[in-house]
Amino acid sequence: MEETLQKILDDYKKNNGNIITILQDIEKNFGFIPEYAVNWISKKLDIPASRFFGCATFYSQFHLRHRGKNIVTVCRGTACHVKGSERLINRLLMELDIPRDEDTTADLKFTVEKVNCIGACGIAPVTILNNEVHGKITLDKLMKEIKKIKAGE
Amino acid sequence: MKKNIIIKVCTGTGGIASGGEEVLSAFRDAVSSSGIKAIFNERCSAQKVGCRGFCAKDVLVDVIINGEKTTYKHIKQDMVQRIVDEHILNGKAVEEWTVGEDYHTFHDRQTKVVLSHCGEIDPEDINAYMAVGGYDAARKAVCSMTPKEIVDTVKNSNLRGRGGAGFPTGLKWELGMRIKSDIKYVICNGDEGDPGAFMDRSVMEGDPHSVIEGMIICAKATESGHGYIYVRAEYPLAVKRLQMAIDQCRENGFLGSNIFGSGFDFDLRIFQGAGAFVCGEATALMRSIEGKRGMPSPKLWRSAEKGLWDRPTVLNNVETFANIPRIIMNGAEWYSNLGTERSGGTKVFSLSGKVKNTGLIEVPFGTSLKKIIYDIGGGIEGGKAFKALQTGGPSGGCIPAESLEIEVDYESLAQAGSIMGSGGMVVLDETSCMVNTAKFFLEFTQAESCGKCTPCRIGTKRMLEILERITSGNGKEEDIDLLEELCRYIRAASLCGLGMTAPNPVLSTLRYFRDEYEAHIRDKRCPAAVCKDLITYSVVEELCTGCGACKRACPADAVRGTRKSPHRIDADACVKCGTCFDACKFKAIRKQ
Repeated sequence: MEETLQKILDDYKKNNGNIITILQDIEKNFGFIPEYAVNWISKKLDIPASRFFGCATFYSQFHLRHRGKNIVTVCRGTACHVKGSERLINRLLMELDIPRDEDTTADLKFTVEKVNCIGACGIAPVTILNNEVHGKITLDKLMKEIKKIKAGE
Repeated sequence: MKKNIIIKVCTGTGGIASGGEEVLSAFRDAVSSSGIKAIFNERCSAQKVGCRGFCAKDVLVDVIINGEKTTYKHIKQDMVQRIVDEHILNGKAVEEWTVGEDYHTFHDRQTKVVLSHCGEIDPEDINAYMAVGGYDAARKAVCSMTPKEIVDTVKNSNLRGRGGAGFPTGLKWELGMRIKSDIKYVICNGDEGDPGAFMDRSVMEGDPHSVIEGMIICAKATESGHGYIYVRAEYPLAVKRLQMAIDQCRENGFLGSNIFGSGFDFDLRIFQGAGAFVCGEATALMRSIEGKRGMPSPKLWRSAEKGLWDRPTVLNNVETFANIPRIIMNGAEWYSNLGTERSGGTKVFSLSGKVKNTGLIEVPFGTSLKKIIYDIGGGIEGGKAFKALQTGGPSGGCIPAESLEIEVDYESLAQAGSIMGSGGMVVLDETSCMVNTAKFFLEFTQAESCGKCTPCRIGTKRMLEILERITSGNGKEEDIDLLEELCRYIRAASLCGLGMTAPNPVLSTLRYFRDEYEAHIRDKRCPAAVCKDLITYSVVEELCTGCGACKRACPADAVRGTRKSPHRIDADACVKCGTCFDACKFKAIRKQ
């Protein structure tokens, strides 16, 4: 881990970065923001860890907990809302057996998250499955894709 | 026989989601394997183009043979070979796959200025942009115009900020020009956070060079040396294409030091947002670039005086910058004549929701809402009745059917109780509940409130609680008055635009659809049958064939019954997810 963090630190110095760019790099490398990583960098840079956590909790792109191996992002923009994305999420959580107030399956295979709008309103409702955008999605289509992922593992 | 064949495949976010990349590579494979180049001894190319606006018909493909264009819709990878065989090799278009009349009326009734390159040129190739006159305006501005001349042109064009507030761009630049400082910044606001708006994304993805060109011209007018493009995290493709464009500009000497050989220096970089709606607000956005929490600050100074790192900063929206090169080349008069007296030019709107032709449209200011929805949008999907048009995202409001005659500009929409915003238009039909819609936006603003000022942080929370109460059937008679009171305070006392406009969705729905609020509160009924706690699902026995589709689909095992006899829904077990309603082919499930 230290090796990756050192690289992030070097990039920060080279590119004239800031706290947000460091956090973005950590998130990209680890999939979430481990507490250890923040403390390590905070010491090296002599910037209070609270400033990092302040940013990490402010922006929705940063996550402080482990996320699932596969990410299902359901768009909650207005157009998607009008086309039934709320129901889609509720049913998805039910199908994946994710407990209330949680977003990740117990086996850390799937995380279901919401995004405000990805700007593909013309093909609403939209979901992103592991970085691949699917337009005009239905629960059946989505579950088929999820089954494919499950089978591939 | 010499032929010039160009194949254009839409690869915006919408196009890619529908399989645009696969279609493009299928065309490239087919073209090279069928030896078209050898047969015609002429150029044949398959290229990617940006979003052309009509996402409902993606993947859209243009086949242009000697300048004659045929457009295909809903193209999938496996359809490519037939187009190549029949159309490209034998000159006969595959009629059944071509777009119909609606595609042409959709496009013909628009006036494309900002979107004129989107869907026409390859966004990843600077030469394609230069072939249509790209960077001529920047060269002209940098090499042969004084800052004052540029500012005057923009002022006379009557261009107003496209981010939503509509501040005259020329005035902003003039202020930026007058203030002296050794370091100044130009920022492009690409943090398009309004749900239901995607015009900036399409411009950044489909015509990134026009944004950069606009920024170069602004830099020259204000004599700024550094620029930032702030792009939200949710738009990875826009970041990729902008970065490519910036790199190509540096190679060509359009960015960096001594640009166009004029001695003027300007360079810019991309800053990726990290997912916070409030960062669309100018002061919050600048804090975010500085690496801090994106919280707005009181506007003691204009950004043009003290902005990024306390330096003079001119900040404009993506669409505003994309307009600039056209204004410099075609003149201020041409642009101002396109619009109304109060607002010059055209505006891009993203039309979505329950309308037939969803997509991006560009019309001059002064076009009526009716024309936008019915002539360009093709009317309401599925023959349902129009209910309201939501404009301006969570800061805007809902406009009812009786106000559809209004001619769209900043003032007229404000008068109707909504706002222009960045240009999102979501059509709601009779199956949309207005209280639920207001609640949806409050959920959004409440979650996105940065928490700095009390009226917004706590006020929106209280409003949301009241709306939740109403939609769950626990509304009280005095709730409407309480909502209105809260709206007044939040609007007056909030620090930034997010809080000040947060009450708009509630105020406008209360103004036009008060009866729906009353139905929820007094009759415990949701007229549009949307609010989960106020509806029940039941089986209409006469229509039920006992096919069992609903029983198989139900995730809660709440449907009872045996095959070929009418089924029944167990109200205690039903979770009201609506699966049975969708699964039934005989309209035998009643929702009320």
